[in-house]
Amino acid sequence: MNVFIDEIEKEMIKTDLPELNPGDTVKVFVRIKEGNKERTQAYEGVIIKKQGSGSNKSITVRKVFQGVGLERVFPIHSPRIESIKVLRRGDVKRAKLYYLRDRIGKATRIKEKMTR
Amino acid sequence: MTLGVIGEKLGMTQVFSEEGIIIPVTVIKVEPLTITQIKTVEKDGYNAIQVGLVDAKEKHLTKAQQGHLTKNKLGLFRVLKEFKVEDTSSYEIGQTLDASILADIEKVDVTGRSIGKGFQGTVKRHNFSRGPMAHGSKNHRAPGSIGAGTTPSRVFKGKKMAGNMGNETVTVTKLQVVKIDNDKNLLLVKGSVPGPEGKLVTVKPSRVKWN
Repeated sequence: MNVFIDEIEKEMIKTDLPELNPGDTVKVFVRIKEGNKERTQAYEGVIIKKQGSGSNKSITVRKVFQGVGLERVFPIHSPRIESIKVLRRGDVKRAKLYYLRDRIGKATRIKEKMTR
Repeated sequence: MTLGVIGEKLGMTQVFSEEGIIIPVTVIKVEPLTITQIKTVEKDGYNAIQVGLVDAKEKHLTKAQQGHLTKNKLGLFRVLKEFKVEDTSSYEIGQTLDASILADIEKVDVTGRSIGKGFQGTVKRHNFSRGPMAHGSKNHRAPGSIGAGTTPSRVFKGKKMAGNMGNETVTVTKLQVVKIDNDKNLLLVKGSVPGPEGKLVTVKPSRVKWN
């Protein structure tokens, strides 16, 4: 990568984000514009994928809402993302948790990571 | 008929707009231009300014090139380019130009030399259809018929055939200027521009009318 491009990307990278890993349950606070008003909406779910690098990094968060699987992709350095809160650290053996898509109910549980 | 800037294509990245929309951008490092010659209708038959960029060593230039540049004591340049202009009176030899020319411009045209692909068949070069790959077919990537027989008993000029692809001058028009960084001499335009990274591209105010 070019030095100048790195500098451009560095300007956009947020430094106050927590460490995010696949398997973590997170709450993402997204700014939403309705007409002239702006409000924050929270979206809670499990990170099933981390993608990209630098300012281009994004996470895919999956949750099951009214029996329907829902996945949203968030570019984490976007100004639309107000903050991300990690609710629970998951202990998983994969980088991409696509297997969760085929599972329902109890089978989707993820073991909690024990930290010393 | 306007002045533009010349810069090195550094590569692509993406930036966020204020609303948080992702914009894909190409980063161009604008080279400082020095006017090396002014051409006029009376002397040269047309109005243009010649600019030099990229410092060079003496050994890289011919005697003729050195003579042309040392005449006005401007230093040595590796690349000389011309911009046709309508009026040359506001320019003088030795004047330097930078990205600030594009300060009020919203859309630009970018010219560069496209990446060379070598000798390519019709499928890749002109998007011809491929034949069936199996079931006894022997027509896989062949061009097919190139014209009728006795009449006209020749192949029309400009018939799309296999040949060298890429490595030609390409202009992409109406690219939005996302940002100009005068301190670092960087120019960010929306979308892709022709050519490989590290090559020079010319950026001019867009001459295509747009709404």
